[in-house]
Amino acid sequence: MSATPLDYLSSAGRRADVTLPLTWWVLGVSVAVCVIIAALLWLGIRRARATGGAAETRATPVERPSDGLRWITVGLAISAVPLLATLIWTMAALAQISGPPRRPGLTIDVTGHQWWWEVQYQGAEPSDTFTTANEIHIPVGVPVLVRLRGGDVIHSFWVPKLAGKTDAIPGQNNLAWIQARRPGRYRGQCTEYCGTQHARMGFEVVAEPRDAFERWRTAQLQTAPPPVTPAQARGLALVSFRCGLCHAVRGTDAASHYGPDLTHLMSRRMIAAGMLPNNAGTLAGWTQNPQALKPGTLMPDQHLSGSELADVGAYLETLK
Amino acid sequence: MKPAAFRTPEIGDDNGVLRARLHAIWETQPGWRGWLSTVDHKEIGLRYIVTAFVMLALGGIEALVIRLQLAGPDLHLLTPDQYNQFFSTHGMTMIFLYASPILSGFSNYLWPLIFGSRDMAFPRLNAFSYWVYLFAALFLYSGFLIGAGPNDGWFNYVPYSEKDYNPGLNQDFYALGMVLLGISTSVGAANFIVTFFKMRAPGMSINRVPIFAWGTLTASAANLVVVPAVSLAFFLLWLDRQFATDFFRPAGGGQPLLWQHLFWLFGHPWVYAIVLPAMGMVSDGLPVFCRRPLVGYSVVALSTIATMILGFGVWVHHMFATGLPGLSMSFFSGASIVITFPSAVAVFAWLATIWTGRPVVTTAFLFFASMILLFVIGGVSGFMTASVPVDWQLTDTYFVVAHIHYVLIGINVFPVVGAAYFWFPKMTGRMMDERLGRWNFWTMFLGFNLGFLPMHVTGLLGMPRRVYTYSDGMGWDILNLVTSIGSFVFAIGVLLFFINCWKSLRSGPAAGDNPWDGPTLEWAVSSPPPPYNFAVIPTVASRHPLWEDQLEESVARTSIHRGMTLDQAKETIATTPLDALPERIVEMPGDSYAPLLLAIALAVLFVALLLKLTVLVVIALAAVFLALLLWLWPRRELLERREPAHG
Repeated sequence: MSATPLDYLSSAGRRADVTLPLTWWVLGVSVAVCVIIAALLWLGIRRARATGGAAETRATPVERPSDGLRWITVGLAISAVPLLATLIWTMAALAQISGPPRRPGLTIDVTGHQWWWEVQYQGAEPSDTFTTANEIHIPVGVPVLVRLRGGDVIHSFWVPKLAGKTDAIPGQNNLAWIQARRPGRYRGQCTEYCGTQHARMGFEVVAEPRDAFERWRTAQLQTAPPPVTPAQARGLALVSFRCGLCHAVRGTDAASHYGPDLTHLMSRRMIAAGMLPNNAGTLAGWTQNPQALKPGTLMPDQHLSGSELADVGAYLETLK
Repeated sequence: MKPAAFRTPEIGDDNGVLRARLHAIWETQPGWRGWLSTVDHKEIGLRYIVTAFVMLALGGIEALVIRLQLAGPDLHLLTPDQYNQFFSTHGMTMIFLYASPILSGFSNYLWPLIFGSRDMAFPRLNAFSYWVYLFAALFLYSGFLIGAGPNDGWFNYVPYSEKDYNPGLNQDFYALGMVLLGISTSVGAANFIVTFFKMRAPGMSINRVPIFAWGTLTASAANLVVVPAVSLAFFLLWLDRQFATDFFRPAGGGQPLLWQHLFWLFGHPWVYAIVLPAMGMVSDGLPVFCRRPLVGYSVVALSTIATMILGFGVWVHHMFATGLPGLSMSFFSGASIVITFPSAVAVFAWLATIWTGRPVVTTAFLFFASMILLFVIGGVSGFMTASVPVDWQLTDTYFVVAHIHYVLIGINVFPVVGAAYFWFPKMTGRMMDERLGRWNFWTMFLGFNLGFLPMHVTGLLGMPRRVYTYSDGMGWDILNLVTSIGSFVFAIGVLLFFINCWKSLRSGPAAGDNPWDGPTLEWAVSSPPPPYNFAVIPTVASRHPLWEDQLEESVARTSIHRGMTLDQAKETIATTPLDALPERIVEMPGDSYAPLLLAIALAVLFVALLLKLTVLVVIALAAVFLALLLWLWPRRELLERREPAHG
């Protein structure tokens, strides 16, 4: 990822591509206007007869040398040109990006929750459908339809390199579409204030070539492998008994959909909604003390013993 | 306002005997009784101004705490929940408790003086409006002080503000407090509108009204229309929370977007309501220091009205990302771009006034003139958000935070501080210190731009709004540090302003009636003005009554020292709305406790509703009724009752 993963002054996808030149145009016009007005103001003040206070003010007589109306007429006439150009360009750009250029090759349901993203890939058969979280994979060069829902409060779906924002509102289905021009990992972020941990509600979009995407998809459809070592077996028991109250691990007794699906947890680069890199250390820390890392998150602290934590870690490591 | 029995007003000269008689009629009782019962617009205006500046200081302190938290990545000065209350309370304070009331304060103080009148149309309503504002502010802040401040931003989106996600008292304080504050705003707006159309001195026809009054008039008209929308929204939210109605709760079939429409239908016109009067301050103040009349008075007045009317048609640009149909977005996008034109009129009129005038650089001039640049910066960043595809990227990032601060600080705080330098002599009889004033100006100007200009870049680099912290590696660290430093420099500038006020109040040189050689009627009276404002009601002959001898544009002269005396009772004159022809003598009410009692009864009612104390609700309602009865009881001195037949 770049040094500024959320900036929108560069683009990697169709909607952002169309928007970017318009952004530079309005930005350029705005800067030019500010510079011109600042110069006019500065030069005008430099003409000042006097500096001081009330005495200097009173000492300068009042007169009306001209009506000065030409300033307003000329100023408005010049302003009208960039304003109307912007209006036309805006409408043209809007028409270009309000819908996908062709039939979407893929449909994804994305639901915003406090404070993570649920991602469901729809397949032709129920067995082709699966759920993951906080990491969205898409094939490059294909328009992808994103159906947005608010699972609790309003969230907003934003991947600046690919497209502008669309809100995820409860009780309403909003449609967005994204299309990546080149492979890469693109940072996304919730941008509608949604409560305590709104700041920590990120995600990633991974754009990859078609075959890599298909491999990922096939892997995601698999259920969790059975435990091999005794530690993993003890870990599975703990995960089913405790984590399963909120999380699902397909192929085990853990089947709740209140929190993110963990079936392929280890395939994801980040945990805690884009907050922490996914490695053994952060995973153990997060499992045990989420409230310290992300105060107010809906996941409670676990108070596992040292050996229990190691067992859970051993099992979670198998969820590739 | 009740018409007196037919009587032709006596015409007389301003003299000591008349002034003594008027003083006896108009003076407020000394001591705490007078303090609690006064209806003098000048006293009420000053209270508004002082209270609003206290709010500015509180909101500023909250902002500094916020900036400490954001000065670097992953700082933990505040917990996430505390931070969310801080930024929400900061917004509530600045937008609702400072920006609008400060303008009400200046308008209350100045309107009767610039109109050549002796008071506002409804003096008791005026006092009531202030008391309710004060109690609403105390109500809202008491929530914050017990840890139940608003925590969903000033915009308060549902369903996060619903009980399902927000079980504490936070949102009940906010919802009820906003309804209470709405009462103050609404009655104040009605008072301004009637005063504008009925209370101008004879001869001050509608094309001679200072632009500042046009600004407050349009703002008041807008408030009267839109405040009910937001009061309704907050009331429905409270019903949802306390009585399980489903106006906004999706689970029960409610519509979260309904809240956004009701809120922004109010919210966007409100933004204009808190800048148009301030723009009017610049339109009236700047020409005094440019030593010429404002360029393009008529177009500036008309563009003020045009801005407000167009301002009703742009609210959806706050909602471009909510999934509305393309056609409606195109309409609101177009309207949001078109609204640039009337604003541009004002900018070019101010520039032309400077270029074709002979500017004298004073502290007030610096604040007014710098506002032009800040207005343009805030304006063009607003224009950028009008373009829907661009807005989809920059909405809800720090770019919009930079925008709103250029609008609110640039177009409200800078003109207001300039107006304070300009009118402080009139209000107190003393000049403010110009040397300290320069320090004040440059600290505020440099600090503000150091803090908020880089914030545009922070936004372009994608930093989302309303986040309690951020990770490093996003490219925002240095920019945020610079913003935090700038905000502290700016705060020092505001502190210098308060120090200058304090110092000048104690030891500033005497101002005299018209220290700046200003053109409008408030400069014709002593500083500070007597309780009755004008010993004789002036008869106005031009737009610049006190500049007539210098401009020599007509032979007619405004009569300041000879006119209607109206000294038989507490009286002033009402005139026709357009031509300001004398219409009737108006009997003005004397000082009264009724406004305060009604406001207290209402405040108790809202506390009872908050705590759901049914018995207290009933008692408070009875108190409201009694206070209204006291207020409306017919009075002989207002000619609401006839003399007894046998008398």
